[in-house]
Amino acid sequence: MLVKIYVTFREGILDPQGKAVLHSLHTLGYKSVEDVRIGRYIELNINDTPEEEMDSKIREMCSKLLVNPIIEDFRYEVVR
Amino acid sequence: MKFGIIVFPGSNCDHDCYHMVKHVLGKPASFIWHKEEDLSGLDVVLLPGGFSYGDYLRAGAIARFSPVMKSVGKFAEEGGLVLGICNGFQILLEAGLLPGTMLRNRSLKFICKDVHLRVDNINTPFTLDYFENQIIKMPIAHAEGNYYADEETLTKLQKNNQIVFRYSGTDGRITDDVNPNGAAGNIAGICNEQGNVLGMMPHPERCGEKILGGRDGYTIFESIVHYSEKILNKR
Repeated sequence: MLVKIYVTFREGILDPQGKAVLHSLHTLGYKSVEDVRIGRYIELNINDTPEEEMDSKIREMCSKLLVNPIIEDFRYEVVR
Repeated sequence: MKFGIIVFPGSNCDHDCYHMVKHVLGKPASFIWHKEEDLSGLDVVLLPGGFSYGDYLRAGAIARFSPVMKSVGKFAEEGGLVLGICNGFQILLEAGLLPGTMLRNRSLKFICKDVHLRVDNINTPFTLDYFENQIIKMPIAHAEGNYYADEETLTKLQKNNQIVFRYSGTDGRITDDVNPNGAAGNIAGICNEQGNVLGMMPHPERCGEKILGGRDGYTIFESIVHYSEKILNKR
């Protein structure tokens, strides 16, 4: 099973990388862009996990390692 | 007294720490591979700078699960002295031995230069040989030293006197123009509530000899020795 995890900075957390990219887009003339936030995308291939345990397993992996809850949020989707 | 220097895959300041302890300070030091779990006989554990696991995922995020880190946690809990420098500080944050986390430097650049620090707490085992509010010079070398913690944590750090070093001017001012990376409250180093775990972004092991341009970093290692001697005398 393919799991797609999107990790993003929490609201209010400064994203210097996003700011730099925003500036660059403005330089290129894309003045309508108001903000840029850059995150991380993770794909997991998971086998042998019953469907009812999937959600808790993914959340566990995120809180233990994949995401830093002090500054990051995540959402995920399971692709069958 | 004996120092142990933890070596993670990607540590690159481990030999600098070793040199500092063994040759400059003149105390026994040994390297501890991150897969080892035995820290018995050690009085001080150093987590050196570098790029453990290539800084993959987040700086320190993978190293904190190295087998040795469980023992480091126990060692700290029992009152052993733990000093994390640069990447070592990042690992201590990821491990939850110190509060908060690191963001990318606000300039997005890797910053490698001497900065001035104000010593805000001289009542730790690591800083007792400094004088109150002493201004010292130390090199920094990092891309992720922009310390971040929520307001509640920052207030708590301040209240408990856990902020040990702040980026400052030569006159001791704590202002944004002397903040190299954007760190909250100009924080360069913090300790835990008990004071036996210190994390800092600047590199004291790189400035312990005159030939390296200054000895301000030596004082940390000297303090550790004086603190340990005091404890031993009390026993």
